Amino acid sequence: MKGRGFRIYAIAYLVFLYAPIVLLPIFAFNNSTIISFPLVGFTTKWFAALSDDTSLLLAVRHSLIVAVSVSILATTFGVFAARATTRYDFPAKGGIMGLIMLPLVLPDIIIAVALLGAFTNILGVSLNLFTVILGHTLIATPFTIAILNAAFQSLDRSLEEAAYDLGETKFSTFRLIILPLVAPGIISSMLIAFTISLDEYIIAAFLSGAGSATLPVYIFSQFRFPQRVPIIMALGTILVCLSVLLLTVAEYFRRRGIAKAGGKDTGGFL
Amino acid sequence: MKQRKILGSEAGNGYLMLSPTAIYSIALMAAPLIAVLVFSFMTPGYLKIIWKFTLSNYTTVLGDPIYAALMERSLVMAAAVTAATVLSAFPIAYFISFHVSPERKSLWLFLITIPFWTSYLIRVFLWKVILGYNGVINSAFEAIGLIKQPMTFLLYNANSVVITLAHSYAPFAILPIFVALEKIDRSLLEAGQDLGESQIMTFLRVTLPLAMSGVVASVLIVFIPTVGDYVTPTLVGGSSGQMIANIIQLQYFKLGNYPMGSAVSITAMGIVTVLALIFLFLNRRFLRGQK
Amino acid sequence: MTESQDPATRPARPIIELRDVEKYYGDYYALRKISTTIRQGEFFSLLGPSGCGKTTLLRCIAGFEELSGGALLIDGRDMNGVPANNRPTNMVFQSYAIFPHLTVEENVGFGLRRDPGTKAEKAARVAEALEMVGLKGYGKRAAHALSGGQRQRVALARALILKPKVLLLDEPLSALDKKMREQMQSELRKLQRQVGITFILVTHDQEEALIMSDRIAVMFDGEIAQLDSPERLYRRPVSRKVAEFIGIMNFLPATVVEVGAEQVALDVGGLGRLSITAEQCPGGARTGTASVGFRPETMTLLFEGDPEPTRARVAEGKVTEVVYYGDMTYYEVLLDGVEKPIQISMRNVVGRPVLQRGQRTRVAWDPAALVLFG
Ligand SMILES: Nc1ncnc2c1ncn2[C@@H]1O[C@H](COP(=O)(O)OP(=O)(O)O)[C@@H](O)[C@H]1O
Ligand SMILES: [Mg+2]
Repeated sequence: MKGRGFRIYAIAYLVFLYAPIVLLPIFAFNNSTIISFPLVGFTTKWFAALSDDTSLLLAVRHSLIVAVSVSILATTFGVFAARATTRYDFPAKGGIMGLIMLPLVLPDIIIAVALLGAFTNILGVSLNLFTVILGHTLIATPFTIAILNAAFQSLDRSLEEAAYDLGETKFSTFRLIILPLVAPGIISSMLIAFTISLDEYIIAAFLSGAGSATLPVYIFSQFRFPQRVPIIMALGTILVCLSVLLLTVAEYFRRRGIAKAGGKDTGGFL
Repeated sequence: MKQRKILGSEAGNGYLMLSPTAIYSIALMAAPLIAVLVFSFMTPGYLKIIWKFTLSNYTTVLGDPIYAALMERSLVMAAAVTAATVLSAFPIAYFISFHVSPERKSLWLFLITIPFWTSYLIRVFLWKVILGYNGVINSAFEAIGLIKQPMTFLLYNANSVVITLAHSYAPFAILPIFVALEKIDRSLLEAGQDLGESQIMTFLRVTLPLAMSGVVASVLIVFIPTVGDYVTPTLVGGSSGQMIANIIQLQYFKLGNYPMGSAVSITAMGIVTVLALIFLFLNRRFLRGQK
Repeated sequence: MTESQDPATRPARPIIELRDVEKYYGDYYALRKISTTIRQGEFFSLLGPSGCGKTTLLRCIAGFEELSGGALLIDGRDMNGVPANNRPTNMVFQSYAIFPHLTVEENVGFGLRRDPGTKAEKAARVAEALEMVGLKGYGKRAAHALSGGQRQRVALARALILKPKVLLLDEPLSALDKKMREQMQSELRKLQRQVGITFILVTHDQEEALIMSDRIAVMFDGEIAQLDSPERLYRRPVSRKVAEFIGIMNFLPATVVEVGAEQVALDVGGLGRLSITAEQCPGGARTGTASVGFRPETMTLLFEGDPEPTRARVAEGKVTEVVYYGDMTYYEVLLDGVEKPIQISMRNVVGRPVLQRGQRTRVAWDPAALVLFG
């Protein structure tokens, strides 16, 4: 294959990647409960139906509570870990980091099962939004570390020393130099953690318990009812727009962070 | 004496700084995983665990042909997903690394990662809608007169699971290969051609071996999570597309049999770990000199 | 360490005293019992090959590294337990460490945050510092938009604005291109005279150290091998190692015949019997085998028609290599009775030919140019 062949293949691949997402708005505005061609007519009633659904609104509230908490917690843990690995050298660093990053390759259902067993059979705590937050923080932290590592790595160590040399304390150096320089990374990391939590189903399903369903748990329960499908399409349209928006903002901050610290862009979120 | 103190303070600061995250991981992941291991040797009671040691869970998991068949199917499907994902991803990674101008690379990477971050559940569900009996493909083909009867082989089988998972894990496969390709010194390729190799031979003898570390990473990062995927087989798998996660979920939620669910989880993790290690061992010559 | 007495350098108030300063990383010794004094107001250089411990010593003085042993005094005060942010030193980093999110002005004024002065006073000091380093009017620029030379100046202004007792510079010029580097060398030197602050410069570039410094400490393997003025370091290196690190030195095998109080009698291969003064033996003298060294420019090739030298003596040999440099020509000459050729540099003068390889030649030399190495 020459460059041209590759380009055609790449575009076909993008079509494959985006096909399902493109269908979302088409059927969200289609005036029929059956998702098939030909299209019947334009309507916004599926969107209107969303705002009447009280259990949906409750699930959204739950998801927002969880996602905001997770973005703060996971980013805090990410800052500690990224700072520790980029700034200090110590024995067993690789091993400990490996453990922390493990959720990246561990199937989510294993984490869900393990936490469910620990919460109910050992600790005897009842399942609620808090247990979901704990589980989501675990799987979001490796992603925040990956983003924050890049931010901390592009930070020249002598910047800290220079500030310290000019009379600042360790703490004020962190506030005046390090924090402003990694701030874009922190924002980007919070947005990613937020997105991960907002989207996660299996851990939420295992750990949310009765009456605290998050948005994905609610959506999953709706799949059983064929007449609800167009409403889910409308909801999906909103969610996709929201995550594209969040990701674009996150990407903007990630790049600005690297540029600000004088580094070179080396790729995406993963 | 003093030297100890200095060494201690550098490492000490590091441990101190890492401790919140490390303790969280140990308390909420390592400890619960150990608990799962312990549960798997206990006697099942409905929704509770009878704290009595037994091997019966494992004799069931390893002896019962239903479990064996399900385990085998999970592995085969995950292998198929991995093959499809990595093979289709390689040309994309190659294209972005070698044919896209440097300033547009991050745009392409961004385009490829976006679908990955947008509502996983809804994306899987959309495949069900696309592939279904009255779905988008069938209705579109019927409308333009390509087919008379809806095709039934699209949904509720292994095919639909493979397509859907390949779609979900695309960026996971592309990015490690891309990173490996980016690291290749372009003058090596020119050297290859300079030494009289054709473009294809240069690719086979220089590019591919150097990209193998990325391919190995892609394979593992796709294979391991897909073995345990729950949403996709549940939504688009039908009865012939069920995987190991469905059994785990069944044991925990429907049957309330925690020890049995734990034994299945541990067995699955054990098999996957062994397979991953064998795979790494077989590819060790490509990983030499890598971190 | 050997410090020879140089009458030219006046004694001055010590600003830094190092007493048996040691630094080790695990069982690796980066600094081995270094003792020396650095004087108030001098331009002091630490010169040595990469990895010899220059940066480590500088960072110990700055307070970024704790000493493993010994004591460090700045202006008479023991610095043990005094952290970097409380020491009367400031540093210019190799990477300059310009804060990329701040403007030039904010960078330069960074250290004034805790200063009790008014806003206007601080602004005036920043402006003054910028003017001093030739960056007047650049205050509002974003730091990341500066060139290498400009960053260097910002780093200097930022460190000098606090009027430290000692300014520490870690290879500040190594990232600049040759032309910029030469310009900054002379500017730095002028600046140091103007502010009167003690500068300690780390460099691995012997030429840079010779050009800029009042005194140079040559370091090898965590030790100071010689501390001297540039001129003495060049003319009277205490060891072959120092001699080889600074410029080019020719060596000839020699035998020390007799060591007197004033004079040392030698038998030198290719040059014959001669005697030198004790001052020409900076590393001391003992009877037995030794070697003598001399710089390439201290010997002269004699051409047809040149007047016979009056003071110098003459040896004979054969030209084995000629390298033409434009203003200079470097010859390799094999003196009769020696195995290894020596290097001789000659300024090219109008009307004087360049010798060819294989030609026989006469070489004028002066015993006063020789240095004895034990
Ligand atoms: N933090 C450290 N840990 C271990 N070894 C170090 C450390 N810092 C410096 N060294 C070692 O000490 C020696 C001297 O280093 P340095 O002072 O940086 O040399 P240079 O003269 O090139 O500036 C080097 O061999 C270096 O590897
Ligand atoms: Mg150095």
